[in-house]
Amino acid sequence: MSAPAGITLVTLTKDIRLEWRSKDAINSMLFFALLVVVVFSFSFDPNAEESRLIAGGLIWVAFLFAAVVALNQTWARELRNQVLDAYRVSPAPANALFLAKAVGNFIFVAILEALMTPLFIMFYKLRALGPAWQLLPVAILGTWAIVVNGTFFAAMSLRTRSREIMLPLLLFPITLPALISLVEATTTILLGDPSTSAKFWIVLLATYDVVFTTGCLALFETVLHAE
Amino acid sequence: MNDPNAARPQADPIISVTNLIKQFGRFAALRGVSASFEAGRLYAILGDNGAGKTTLLRILAGLVRPTRGTVSMLGKSDPREACRDFGYMAHPSLLYDEMSGMENLRYFARLYGIQDDARCVGSISAVGLDPELQRPVGQYSQGMRQRMSLARAQLHDPKILLLDEPFSNVDIRSAREMVKLLAHMRDQGKTIFVVTHQASLLDGAANEFVWMRAGEIVNRTPDRKFMETA
Amino acid sequence: MKKTFPILGLLTAALLSYALYEAVVVAPREQTMGDVQRIFYYHVPSAWTAFLLFFINFVASVQYLVRRNPPADKIANWVVIAIGVLTCVGGYVIKPLPQGMYPSSVATTGLAIVGIYFLIRKYFSDQETDILALTTAEVGVVFCTVVLVTGPLWARPVWGIWWTWDVRLTSTLVLWLIYVSYLVLRRFSTSGQTPVLAAALAVFGALDVPLVYFSIWFFRTQHPQPVIGGGGSIDPRMLHVLLINWLAFLCFAFLVCWSRYRLERLQRDVEETLALEALLEPRSNVR
Repeated sequence: MSAPAGITLVTLTKDIRLEWRSKDAINSMLFFALLVVVVFSFSFDPNAEESRLIAGGLIWVAFLFAAVVALNQTWARELRNQVLDAYRVSPAPANALFLAKAVGNFIFVAILEALMTPLFIMFYKLRALGPAWQLLPVAILGTWAIVVNGTFFAAMSLRTRSREIMLPLLLFPITLPALISLVEATTTILLGDPSTSAKFWIVLLATYDVVFTTGCLALFETVLHAE
Repeated sequence: MNDPNAARPQADPIISVTNLIKQFGRFAALRGVSASFEAGRLYAILGDNGAGKTTLLRILAGLVRPTRGTVSMLGKSDPREACRDFGYMAHPSLLYDEMSGMENLRYFARLYGIQDDARCVGSISAVGLDPELQRPVGQYSQGMRQRMSLARAQLHDPKILLLDEPFSNVDIRSAREMVKLLAHMRDQGKTIFVVTHQASLLDGAANEFVWMRAGEIVNRTPDRKFMETA
Repeated sequence: MKKTFPILGLLTAALLSYALYEAVVVAPREQTMGDVQRIFYYHVPSAWTAFLLFFINFVASVQYLVRRNPPADKIANWVVIAIGVLTCVGGYVIKPLPQGMYPSSVATTGLAIVGIYFLIRKYFSDQETDILALTTAEVGVVFCTVVLVTGPLWARPVWGIWWTWDVRLTSTLVLWLIYVSYLVLRRFSTSGQTPVLAAALAVFGALDVPLVYFSIWFFRTQHPQPVIGGGGSIDPRMLHVLLINWLAFLCFAFLVCWSRYRLERLQRDVEETLALEALLEPRSNVR
């Protein structure tokens, strides 16, 4: 029996291997990430005090745009040579494919974030006044929120004209609550005001993740086979 | 319509379609195709561009839903339920260009729950390619690529093979080898459907030629010489 | 249809005129805001109408998706019944209710949800459910646009700002964005199964709305923002005018939806007939 978890793992390792070999997306994405940071830094040049107020928003908007560029590549390899057809005729469950792609995107976007963050810290002279460790769950939950919906809508856009613009068009309205939570949580942690806490935002992000991961898993098969 | 099977005892059809209609907007790709196909035979599906051959095959593979009509494959009304029993191949290779043949097959084998490499090696050897070849599939010649695609399609030893233009842009030698292989598989009991423009390649190998035109089956003959008149 | 539509049209026109008269002349002048406040009678009914239409779209989308899958259909039926029962009971059991909610209104809302769901299930076939979804999305976007335009127009002279991140206004904006993207998806889709994709998006949108609400609500507790739109109790005479306006808007929305629904239905029938013709005509051999 083809165990779904096994298929997810095998698909994920295949994608990582392919990406490592071609380094198509990675190289261009890394450079894009750097450019984004530089452009944002030129546009806003705050001092340390001000930067803590706006950095949360800036960083997450930058990550979101970088993520969209990455997400648009999700199915690129499967479209060449119509490999998706091979997947569709196999008994492998659609969700296994979805999870593999979502986790792959997550890893990829996380790498981008990990590389962009030190640059932001440098350019904006950032220093978290609050509990900095909380930034980790915020980043993980937030990145998953963007990536899970992004992978789903990338699959939906396969069936549309103007594929590359459809993805952000569908994604941005739906991710607004996640974005608000991310920005607010990050700003709260940076400012470190003892009367405020990022806990509510973290819980909201977790709720968002649970709700939409379930939704994506429930509806992905329908979208995959909607020819 | 000639019935070349009149003299033989009728076996249970392995695939039958009833009044299949597929419309893309106003364009009717299939206009009411009804047919039965028996097990263990090699069917060549021929016709001009736009005749509906690819659409028919894609409906049989469960990739496209018909607008109206029914499909019965091995007794199941949804081809997706019979997915372990058929293999599909099309003109695009359905393979990852950046991986070697063995790596590709190993991955697709896992989708069918096949863990051991021996099946992949066997499949690749059967189509006359070298399992050890490290070259990525994207660098293969078209003949090699189509053969590797066939290896992928029959990796899980399916009862039925659905092949859409397998010989397209393939050199004559590779094409003839593929036909020999298909005939061999048919002799072992598989049912094979080949959609092609190059009918001459299947002379002597195909049990039946199915002629399609404008979304309908217009003739079924055992021999390519009985071509339908205009 | 031919007779009822003009009659309803005239009735609606009369109702709208009466509602306008009530809003502009009869309703009492608001103490602090003055006559500008009268835009409230345009702004709030548009919002309620838009939300109702979007809700119908959500129900139609869910219907469209579950009907393709009989086990899911049964589960959905039970879930909807459970929602009805819970709201009826919960309205009376949960104390205290959030401000502005009464047990009877919660129960009525619950029953309305159940009613709408099963009515659509009974009277609309698959295709018709999809047309209903499309219609309510389009008309809903129009009313939502009205809300988003009248909001700032009201806020500027009264509170001095064009916009604020208040819960209702922001939720309306997000809803508007989601449904505009829904309409774009419908237009740009090349798939033969556009209704399915659109329905999936509508479900995602519906899942999103409560999350938007909560996120903005908490955002406001962290960042006190000016309160616009007024809250709390409302003068009974104003409530009366508000409800008349809402009735008029509902009638108008119903007429527009009906018209749009009919148009879409006719267009699809024409397409189907043309497709059938193409099917039956012998095709010339393409060489």
